[in-house]
Amino acid sequence: MVNKGKAGKPSSGHKNGRDQRKNPKGKNKFPGMRKERPKPKDDMDVDNEPWKKVPVRKGKPLFNPPPVPKDVLDKYTRGERLPQQEIASFRSKTLKKKALRAEKKIQWAEETTARAEVLLTEESGFLQTDEGEVSKYLTQKQIVANVDITSATKYFNLDLDFGPYRVDYTRNGRHLLIGGRRGHVAAFDWVTKRLHCEINVMEEVKDVQWLHLETMFATAQKNWVHVYDNCGVELHCLKQLQKVLRLTFLPHHFLLVSSSENSQLTWLDVSMGEIIKSTALKKGPLNVMAHNPYNGVVCLGHLNGTVSMWSPNQKKSLVSMLCHKAPVETLAIDSAGKYMATTSVNQELRVWDIRMLDGPLGKYRLRGNPVDTSFSQRGCVALAFNNVVEVYKQWNLGSYKKGAYIVHETLGNVSSLEFCPYEDILGIGTKKGFVSIIVPGAGEPNFDALEANPMQTKSQRREAEVKSLLDKVQPEMIVLEPSKLLEVNVPGLQDRIRAKVEILHAKVPKIEFTPRNKKRGNTARKARVKRIVKQDRKEAAVKELSAIQKKILAESASEEKKKPQASGGALDRFLPKQKR
Amino acid sequence: MKVKCLVRNPDDYLRETTRDIHKLPRNYDPNLHPLEAPREYTRALNAVKLDRVFAKPFLGSLDGHTEGISVLAKRPDSLSTIASGAFDGEIRLWNLVTRKCIKSVQAHENCIRGVVFTKDGERFASVGDDKTIKFWKTDPPAAGEQERPLKSIVSKVLLTGITFSPKIEKFATCGEICQIWEESRDEPVRSFKWGMDSADTVVFNPVEPHILGTCAQDRSITFYDIRESGPIKKLTLSMRSNQLAWNPMESFMYTVANEDFNLYSFDLRYLSSAVTIHRGHTSAVTCLDYSPTGLEIVSGSYDRTLRIFEGQKQFSREIYHTKRMQRITDVVWSSDDKYVINASDEMNLRIWKARASEKLGIIRPREKRALNYSQALINKYELFPKIRSINRHRHVPRYINTAQMKMKYSHQKEKRKEANRIAHSKPGTIAPVDDKSKFIVSKQ
Repeated sequence: MVNKGKAGKPSSGHKNGRDQRKNPKGKNKFPGMRKERPKPKDDMDVDNEPWKKVPVRKGKPLFNPPPVPKDVLDKYTRGERLPQQEIASFRSKTLKKKALRAEKKIQWAEETTARAEVLLTEESGFLQTDEGEVSKYLTQKQIVANVDITSATKYFNLDLDFGPYRVDYTRNGRHLLIGGRRGHVAAFDWVTKRLHCEINVMEEVKDVQWLHLETMFATAQKNWVHVYDNCGVELHCLKQLQKVLRLTFLPHHFLLVSSSENSQLTWLDVSMGEIIKSTALKKGPLNVMAHNPYNGVVCLGHLNGTVSMWSPNQKKSLVSMLCHKAPVETLAIDSAGKYMATTSVNQELRVWDIRMLDGPLGKYRLRGNPVDTSFSQRGCVALAFNNVVEVYKQWNLGSYKKGAYIVHETLGNVSSLEFCPYEDILGIGTKKGFVSIIVPGAGEPNFDALEANPMQTKSQRREAEVKSLLDKVQPEMIVLEPSKLLEVNVPGLQDRIRAKVEILHAKVPKIEFTPRNKKRGNTARKARVKRIVKQDRKEAAVKELSAIQKKILAESASEEKKKPQASGGALDRFLPKQKR
Repeated sequence: MKVKCLVRNPDDYLRETTRDIHKLPRNYDPNLHPLEAPREYTRALNAVKLDRVFAKPFLGSLDGHTEGISVLAKRPDSLSTIASGAFDGEIRLWNLVTRKCIKSVQAHENCIRGVVFTKDGERFASVGDDKTIKFWKTDPPAAGEQERPLKSIVSKVLLTGITFSPKIEKFATCGEICQIWEESRDEPVRSFKWGMDSADTVVFNPVEPHILGTCAQDRSITFYDIRESGPIKKLTLSMRSNQLAWNPMESFMYTVANEDFNLYSFDLRYLSSAVTIHRGHTSAVTCLDYSPTGLEIVSGSYDRTLRIFEGQKQFSREIYHTKRMQRITDVVWSSDDKYVINASDEMNLRIWKARASEKLGIIRPREKRALNYSQALINKYELFPKIRSINRHRHVPRYINTAQMKMKYSHQKEKRKEANRIAHSKPGTIAPVDDKSKFIVSKQ
């Protein structure tokens, strides 16, 4: 990863988490500098990463900045560059100049964003064990005793009687929504422990889901989906969404997606209140659902071991992949949309690359059947077995045999798991209530305030709502690869071949001609005119078509000619062997 | 054991007082910004829609003339003053800020053919059908004072246009012959003539002070160098050119408004073909003016519309029309590149924004940035079909629409006929017609 120095070794145990690290060698490694540079006043130590720091005097850099390391640039890449040779081969001077200028701009943008990493102030959490200590044997109490007071308050238990509970955090990680199977729904700011509302809907609650803001949430109840505001007032009862088992929300599309007991998958636009698409899958109850934040595609796990991906634009699934030989039990997708973890009832965890639709990247036999799986922003994986939650540091459970990173035992059986965004916290819904445990290093330390802001004020929230509504992405743009939108639509090789074959097998079109009604001349003359014109046009069409066909044939012949021919000499042994 | 948890000190993230601006920490990690392309496209779509929502180009009209307006002139040293001459011989000076007439004189007995300000802007000269050149003070007369011309020159020939050289102390008139005058003398210093017919327009090149261009009634465009004894170049087109305008930035480029509904941009050095044909008007183009940046052209036509052409583009980027605006007689582009003012047959001057959706007045830096961002988005996505159609669509009156369709069909018909003719004759006997030179009859 990029922030090598950040997650690495700490030198002092400051509890506020903003400790200063010393340059290990105490030497300036900066290539362009001769004199000892005064230490930057900033908390950040940039000596290990000289590309991050360029002293500026009077608005100009003092020297040319050292190049940014390639792995950092790759993180901020804007796609593949146009090769210099290709630009040089452009015929038009203007185009050449334009392309070079564009390339320069893109390069500048990449470098500047990479260098802007110096402005990231927070460092991610970590857990460093002493000799003889094993992190998985550390209890939350021990961890809490070693963290600062503020973090210590983030570990808490709620003993509730209406479980098992479902859990959902808002996108900025500030607010928590829990819903007990026996009707208890509560929404609160879990950092300050301020309760927004607490209601009992007097009905079974199957799932809860925040909508785009912390002012509205949806619950999947016994028959229908209900929408409440943050005071617990029921805003809507969505009777079109029946017997829903799972809910998920696509924040950029403003789509509430529900999957139901009777195999119905529905997308509801919450900004318009319209159902965009409702599909009957006929694949049994859909109780395993997650959405891919990278492209907004909804993934469902099925009883036959397949995982299918759905967009509201297509009648059939975009992808259906056989992930397990047994029914899929849980499904989790990481926040970057790179990996998908699936578990099945035969005690197996598999991790897939869902951009390449490739895998499994990892196959792990587990010690039990997980109830739920969750990915954290920095790639931790949490698995819940009966009353035990195991957290692994990476999707790559290479350490699986060694054991988990953190293990936590709850009172009742676990029913749902979710990592809190931008915090080192894992929320666990259990049969007996809710537990929030500390998982150091799970959350993204630096948030982008224009995307998700945990410190949002009311006015900022209102502005963000308007802005996000203006930027609402239309459901038509839910595709597997959203960046394709910016690419030029070049017909693929197959299409080109198909077009060629079509031309080669094309027939001369039927020619219709009705002579104009002229007063002079009789019907015989008319017929003659018709015959002549038709014949002429047909000849022309034949000529044109045969010319195109000849051209295509000539092209393919010249391609064949390029193949090296056997000359009868000794070098013939290097020629590719003839297929028989 | 050492443990560190993520803790954010609220002091680092919240503003100190309510007067501060909000703190907005950024993180450009692409993983935190999913769906970049669709979101940017949506923004571009919104930007282009808003651009059309805010497109309210008409600012106001100036009325007061009692006869159709024939000419307009802008004062070189002031953005707010403009002069207009009417068919009844009246000249009015207008203040564009207050939109009031500041001065009105009955300058000539008949139609005013030309009005032009001097370099310093303190005086202006006019020519009319009564064969006189009159000089006037720009400032309005004091109370009780009678408005009289500062100077009056009687010419022997009919005068149809007047222009001041931008750098040397000379001015030129046109008519049956083209004459060069000095202000201190009552007789022309020089006179030029090429051909029999009289010229309608005469314009000094704004960069090269000795070069003159004229459009004559015999369909010719003639160029004179006043340092030489005779004209230097002459170009005859298939139809008459009504007005000529020099590009203020590139001295060798000029554009003419032609009777055949088109505008032609030429390079003075290569007259054998036009650089660009600006199409779109559905009737004779009567007048045109360059923007002071030299990047755009505004043209007025007999079809009661104004069109703005971008650079060397064939089709207009903008069309302005109102229900009451009649045939356009003259048009000027304001020196600050923000407004377009046109005069028309029905006695009114109209003020338009040069860029229809531009916000007038002071723009704060943040707003400016937002506007620049949306413009950049529109530029980036302009070729996307939806954005392109919104960006290009202009609602036009039905008579324009019908005429445009007819013109389109007739153009297609010509092209088809030409292609047929080539296809059915012996190869090489018929050369394809070059659009950019086919309207040129002769060049000398």
